[in-house]
Amino acid sequence: MTNSSKSTLSRVIAVLAVLVLALVPVIGSRAMVQDLFMVLTLLVLALNWNMLAGFAGLVSVGQQAFVGIGAYAMFGGVILWGWDPLPAILLGGVAAMLLSLPIAFFTFRLNGAYFAIGTWVSAEIVRLSMAQWKALGGGTGTSLPKGTTKEMIGVAQIKELLGVSSSAASDALTYWLALTLAVVTLLVGYLFLRSRMGLGLQAIRDNVEAARSVGVDPLRLKALVFVLTAFGTGLCGALLFIQITRVSPDAAFSVVDWTAFVIFITVIGGIGTLPGPVVGVLVFYILQRVLADYGTVYLIVLGLIGIVIMLFARKGLWGMFTEKTGIELLPLRHRSLQHRPSQRSGN
Amino acid sequence: MSLLTLDHVSKSFGALKVTDAVSFEVAPGEALGIIGPNGAGKSTLFNLITGNIAPDEGRVLFDGVDVTRKPPMSRVAAGIGRSFQIPQPFTHLSVFENLLVAANFGGGHHGHHAGEFCMDILDRTGLAGVADATSGGLSLLQRKRLELARAMATSPKLILLDEIAGGLTEAECGALIDTIKSIHAEGTAIIWIEHVLHALTSVVERLMVLNFGKMLMIGEPDEVMASPEVKEIYLGIEV
Ligand SMILES: Nc1ncnc2c1ncn2[C@@H]1O[C@H](COP(=O)(O)OP(=O)(O)OP(=O)(O)O)[C@@H](O)[C@H]1O
Ligand SMILES: [Mg+2]
Repeated sequence: MTNSSKSTLSRVIAVLAVLVLALVPVIGSRAMVQDLFMVLTLLVLALNWNMLAGFAGLVSVGQQAFVGIGAYAMFGGVILWGWDPLPAILLGGVAAMLLSLPIAFFTFRLNGAYFAIGTWVSAEIVRLSMAQWKALGGGTGTSLPKGTTKEMIGVAQIKELLGVSSSAASDALTYWLALTLAVVTLLVGYLFLRSRMGLGLQAIRDNVEAARSVGVDPLRLKALVFVLTAFGTGLCGALLFIQITRVSPDAAFSVVDWTAFVIFITVIGGIGTLPGPVVGVLVFYILQRVLADYGTVYLIVLGLIGIVIMLFARKGLWGMFTEKTGIELLPLRHRSLQHRPSQRSGN
Repeated sequence: MSLLTLDHVSKSFGALKVTDAVSFEVAPGEALGIIGPNGAGKSTLFNLITGNIAPDEGRVLFDGVDVTRKPPMSRVAAGIGRSFQIPQPFTHLSVFENLLVAANFGGGHHGHHAGEFCMDILDRTGLAGVADATSGGLSLLQRKRLELARAMATSPKLILLDEIAGGLTEAECGALIDTIKSIHAEGTAIIWIEHVLHALTSVVERLMVLNFGKMLMIGEPDEVMASPEVKEIYLGIEV
């Protein structure tokens, strides 16, 4: 089998996997739907973080700021202004995007480790500010009004379609949204990296001075990635907390839940590779299942795997796989024009 | 009106004055050569023109606009393309992609046209055969050609070439001269730093001599080379 037919095969498998995942609420148990919802949202966060750290070189440990603000904006929309939770997800994304502007303004003056610390400090400031928001429960937080998620747009239809309870229907809805968000994030990420923006990012990663000398503006490009990933992360935060139905500053701005796990997932799967986070989240899920009976042991194992990979396989499991097999699921290469006639696929 | 004007530009690194009140002009489409001993400040002068280094004093004007405080990317967009003396390829990108970045961002070329444009440059610089090779694996000579090709891909009005002819065989040097002449013939202004004198004088209309950061002379190549002062320092670097 040639590499390109292997790649075609992998693409077919990927499409089938998405179709099977889409059927989970129909054929799977409710527990499975809830489990996979968490996995898919972690995947969305990991895809965003990978874009940020793996491709734009912005190693942020403050992404919980955008998860949290997304959650709080969604709650604000629902509780204070009586919005339906679904449009309030968009509100979460927009709020995160707006918040990313001042955070970028502050942290982009810092380099390397200082940038990382700057993002974390920013997230703490936002967490402390949200704790002052009395209408949303201040430091202890608040819950969505009873019945909110059962009355969401679309729940009634799903209930009828699947013949399940309202709460199962609302789980199915948030699950499908998470799946959609994951697929869209992956595709948009791919298209972005294939565009001239992606080429510029790769040039910056190789040699900043040379990149500036051929017209690439590193600050502008990185700021663009920062703002776009904040949007995706904010959407994901809002969606997460529709499912969780209760928000508090500590939960919404948890550095462990929304950033540390995400970093491990990305590093294990392959930082700076597009399918990396998908592989990482699979490993995370399998470990969680296999080691579920041993309490937090799976976290320790996850951490150890992460460290081993950082030491011995810097491009993660996916990087190792591509090196061994030559399979590229989402190749970023721009082929020169002399190859065009023999290359049928039009990417 | 001149395309490039340097007005009393100075730059020191610590106590070392590397560029000392240098003033000169380059007309649109003109080819200027720069010679001078090692460490004379030639590459630094390029960095001052491109914005990779900020001057301590003086002004740089391009196309009638004061660009002294502008960063490199806006100068590229304005039409200043450069090569680096020590090649700086984007090592993980292919040769073709190296050019594509430059064409997309610096040259303002987009879509399919950008690809055609880059292929054309690869043909002209003899790199078409390695278009899809990863640039990190190129030989030094190929890397130098890539520097030239990538600078061309930014569609410059003024191209700055820093020692790209060293180490070439007679035939390779001839091919390089032809390429540079063709760039010149398209109306692109050139400033070329080169130790290979015969290559330089076969292209440029004027020659500048730098020594200890000072512009010693500027004028017709024959005149400059005939001057006793230049002969004296130039003997120093020929051996
Ligand atoms: N960034 C820098 N920091 C400190 N000193 C520098 C820097 N860049 C150049 N120099 C010094 O400035 C002087 C001039 O360097 P420059 O590279 O401009 O010389 P050059 O004329 O291009 O020499 P060559 O023919 O060897 O390329 C040298 O003494 C060099 O060591
Ligand atoms: Mg030099």
